Amino acid sequence: MLLTKAGVAAGDRMAPMPRFLAAAPNSQLITLPWAMPLADWPEENLVALPRGISRHVVRFVRVGTEVYAVKEVIEHLAMHEYRLLRDLTRLDTPSVEAIGVVTERVDHDGEPIDPILITRHLQFSLPYRSLFNRGVRQDTVNRLVDAMVVLLARLHLIGLFWGDVSLSNTLFRRDAGAFAAYLVDAETGELHDQLTDGQREHDLTIARTNLYGEFSDLEAGGLLDEALDPLVLVEAIEDRYRELWDELTGVEEFNAGEMHRIESRVRRLNALGFDVAELDITTDFSGSTIRIQPKVVDAGHHSRRLIRLTGMDTEENQARRLLNDLDYYRVRTDQQGADEAIVAHEWLTEQFEPILQTVPVELRAKLEPAELYHEMLEHRWFMSEKAEAEISMEEAARAYVNTVLRGLPDEEIAVESMESTGPLANPFDPSQGFADGEEDKPYDPWEDEPADSETTAQPTAAYLDIAALRAKTKK
Amino acid sequence: MATVSFKEATRVYPGADKPSVDKLNLEIGDGEFMVLVGPSGCGKSTSLRMLAGLEEINAGAIWIGERDVTDLPPKDRDIAMVFQNYALYPHMTVGDNMGFALKMAGVPKTERQQRVQEAAHLLGLEEFLNRKPKALSGGQRQRVAMGRAIVRSPQVFLMDEPLSNLDAKLRVSTRTQIAALQTRLGVTTVYVTHDQVEAMTMGDRVAVMKLGILQQCDTPLTLYDKPRNLFVAGFIGSPAMNLIEGDVQSDGVHLGDYTVPVPRETLAKAPDEKKLILGIRPENFRLSTNPESREGIPIDVGVVEELGADAFIYGTLSGIAEDELITAQQIVARISGAQPPHRGESVRLLVDETHVHVFSKTSEDRISD
Repeated sequence: MLLTKAGVAAGDRMAPMPRFLAAAPNSQLITLPWAMPLADWPEENLVALPRGISRHVVRFVRVGTEVYAVKEVIEHLAMHEYRLLRDLTRLDTPSVEAIGVVTERVDHDGEPIDPILITRHLQFSLPYRSLFNRGVRQDTVNRLVDAMVVLLARLHLIGLFWGDVSLSNTLFRRDAGAFAAYLVDAETGELHDQLTDGQREHDLTIARTNLYGEFSDLEAGGLLDEALDPLVLVEAIEDRYRELWDELTGVEEFNAGEMHRIESRVRRLNALGFDVAELDITTDFSGSTIRIQPKVVDAGHHSRRLIRLTGMDTEENQARRLLNDLDYYRVRTDQQGADEAIVAHEWLTEQFEPILQTVPVELRAKLEPAELYHEMLEHRWFMSEKAEAEISMEEAARAYVNTVLRGLPDEEIAVESMESTGPLANPFDPSQGFADGEEDKPYDPWEDEPADSETTAQPTAAYLDIAALRAKTKK
Repeated sequence: MATVSFKEATRVYPGADKPSVDKLNLEIGDGEFMVLVGPSGCGKSTSLRMLAGLEEINAGAIWIGERDVTDLPPKDRDIAMVFQNYALYPHMTVGDNMGFALKMAGVPKTERQQRVQEAAHLLGLEEFLNRKPKALSGGQRQRVAMGRAIVRSPQVFLMDEPLSNLDAKLRVSTRTQIAALQTRLGVTTVYVTHDQVEAMTMGDRVAVMKLGILQQCDTPLTLYDKPRNLFVAGFIGSPAMNLIEGDVQSDGVHLGDYTVPVPRETLAKAPDEKKLILGIRPENFRLSTNPESREGIPIDVGVVEELGADAFIYGTLSGIAEDELITAQQIVARISGAQPPHRGESVRLLVDETHVHVFSKTSEDRISD
């Protein structure tokens, strides 16, 4: 295809090129059919991946080897979300990566079309609609709820008022048997220096309402496990958030004789995956009462340690699991006194990588490497229990690949159909629900073009018609 | 339903040296549609968020009805943020999409159905109640979103730039629908916008803010006809009011070679000022039929824009030196389109004394009646 500055040649159709604002440009994006409203894009560009519902037109597109989520939205929202997602990435917050905004789109008739925000598809991510399906285990639900709560607390800690907390705006990744949640939609988000209690409370209220709506929607579509009650689920989220927030930021008072409580607070926070960067410790006048309050806590206690030691970037629980295996390796190889970084390098090259290399190439897209290794550790534990003897990692890995991994779906890009009780009206847009033949629409007089010339004459609404205002006031 | 009172309500952001909202006093009547308007950074959104409970109030208080809500969390204030969430759930009917939050709140089924039915009736959505939302148009989706707020029957509706996320066409129709609905429902509404045209066409009263300070709160027509200061005069009206500085004479203010008559009692209100600012709206000018008479403000016409029955002329005061023309103030007049002047022509513009707004140059306040 020939590209010129003035236009894209596509048969006999010509449309001016839109404008790309991109931090990580991929030249292949330029060839997408920008002169068409997103809803009309040809199927050859699209991938039907499960996702949440959205109020805008959203599609997944495959460009070369990459998959992107593209959203059609008015310009100021697209720019706002693009910038905010970049900020969140810079702040090391779990969120999708913004790739760019395409503005100044025009169709073949010269009519303007809304801009498009492009984000990178999060690999190995699972949208909620494929997770709360029938047959889901209660502990899985609890872990999803926990992941959502940790995400919300992390966002609040950095000062993000989300404004539209919902499962549709969240993606989950497996994290050593638990889940890690990512923010997907930041359209309504606002970054503040610090959130007020009112802002946090409001986000919680929004979370309650949206999640209740989403769970009720799954229920109405026959997609929610019957044992789950939407009301119980949203209450669990609120309760757990409050517990976590209290642990992260709450004031603790104790006697001067209980100084160990400082250490135990830090350990508890570490266990939750947070580092305490600043702890405010005050004593009363007599020195008998100590008051502590974490001032700066950073998520990613274990993942930061793992990245420092091995360069591996993993989710928090995966990091915890791998660090445990590293500690075990150190004992097993009798290197307790050796430098931690040297042992870590040895563990990586002598243990972790060789084990993963035993997995056939065609099975490697099923799970992320860290998750795969975690599963193998789990498998070894089960095998050892059963055999009542220590099973080697090599043996466990071989058994895991043959008995478990081969049967799992690919999750690098999870294409498993989400709406299992009926065909979707549009396979690329779950927001439209099932195809149910209910196509005819009742007549709606509100949809008629207004007969009122005052409105039709000034569609841009930029001009103040004071005569009309005077007439209205007289009436 | 309830009144809303801001009493010396102040918000200072941590680290800021000036309040974002400074001692705001505003009484909003029961059932009133109040619009807060102003340019970016004027404090309008912060004021709304203080009322919603999202921003702390550092001094003063906010009351809703008979309750001091200053320290109450958002959910206990009995307010509804409209259009906050308008994602529609595809497997639920339109009725359930409107009423699900009532179910969560434990409202009994019959009452829920009744409230949804009433809201659907108001919104023209009765035919859609038992249908899935997939086929709804953008406008119908907006109405379902309004329905979600209506069924909650809150004391106050809050709307923060609700139209800014819509495309131009939907913006005009939704604007009309919101105003009409509010009148029918009679629920006290506080609406924030940066768009003065939106403010003027929707509000029962409009509160104009600038840099955290309330400038004027009045009906749209009073704001238009009696702006209290230069800021309001320049902000309200599109095209904007001409604000022209001139030398004070004993019987008026001198512009070019013409003295615009100003009553002596008005001039007496600013006895020490040598210069005053005259505000004249474009549509209050008339073209003098006798340009030789020296009667009227002398203008050199730069651009003429004909719009059917009317014409806009854009020009500068006559007699300005060539090198000052680029920076010279542009004067806009809306005159009859019958025989508009030509570009480059010199004309004289007349204005009735009653349509001349006079402002102090030092205080920027209105001194005419």
